[in-house]
Amino acid sequence: MSEIVKQFLYLNRRAPYGTIYAWESLEVVLIGAAFDQVVSLAFLDDGVFQLTKQQDTTGIGMKNFSPTYAALGDYDVKKIFVERESLEERGLTIDDLQHLTWEDEDDDWAEKDSITVVSRAEMAALMDDADVIFSF
Amino acid sequence: MPIEVNGKMFETDEEGYLANINDWEPGVATVMSKEDDLELTDEHWDIINFLREYYEEYQIAPAVRVLTKAVGKKMGKDKGNSKYLYGLFPYGPAKQACRYAGLPKPTGCV
Repeated sequence: MSEIVKQFLYLNRRAPYGTIYAWESLEVVLIGAAFDQVVSLAFLDDGVFQLTKQQDTTGIGMKNFSPTYAALGDYDVKKIFVERESLEERGLTIDDLQHLTWEDEDDDWAEKDSITVVSRAEMAALMDDADVIFSF
Repeated sequence: MPIEVNGKMFETDEEGYLANINDWEPGVATVMSKEDDLELTDEHWDIINFLREYYEEYQIAPAVRVLTKAVGKKMGKDKGNSKYLYGLFPYGPAKQACRYAGLPKPTGCV
């Protein structure tokens, strides 16, 4: 009997703080990945702010969990998609985001980029291809 | 139940993890390990310190699989395997070593 591996896609559409959605999503992703779930992450709408560099939460009394995104590579999460239109509408570019990488154990630990910027149409296709979608 | 280290009291949660990671001092690990009848060696401390550095950088306690891989990369394949790590921490390298290191229980641990 062949085992069917489902493709999980986690959508992140909200700003990182103010609600608990972004952190909850990240925790679920880490738990799933720790159990060898095949996961992709997508960041769109205000969700693109989750990946921005130099977050400072001292004024709002919440933990700055943005360093945790850099651990995704360790959890073999290698497919992170960011929607180009969402970045542009917010005056952001890929350079405003953390440089997330994963290390290829079979390629002498070479660092490879995890983030792919995709168009809105490509994002729709990604959602179409996923077996299971979690929207946060 | 709070634990006593060098005359100071430290709050812990119901599973024995330190309530506040910033309270940690090496004595915490020594006291916790004594309760488990475990003598901490340099090899144990390497892993405890590694976990604290990992938390400092990523703000999470790594899952055991991630810990194993990361240790292997930093300290060599002879240490980055379950046999070696479970040999040091029989209750589970992530769970037990994280507790000694003052970290929260690893995300995804049950």
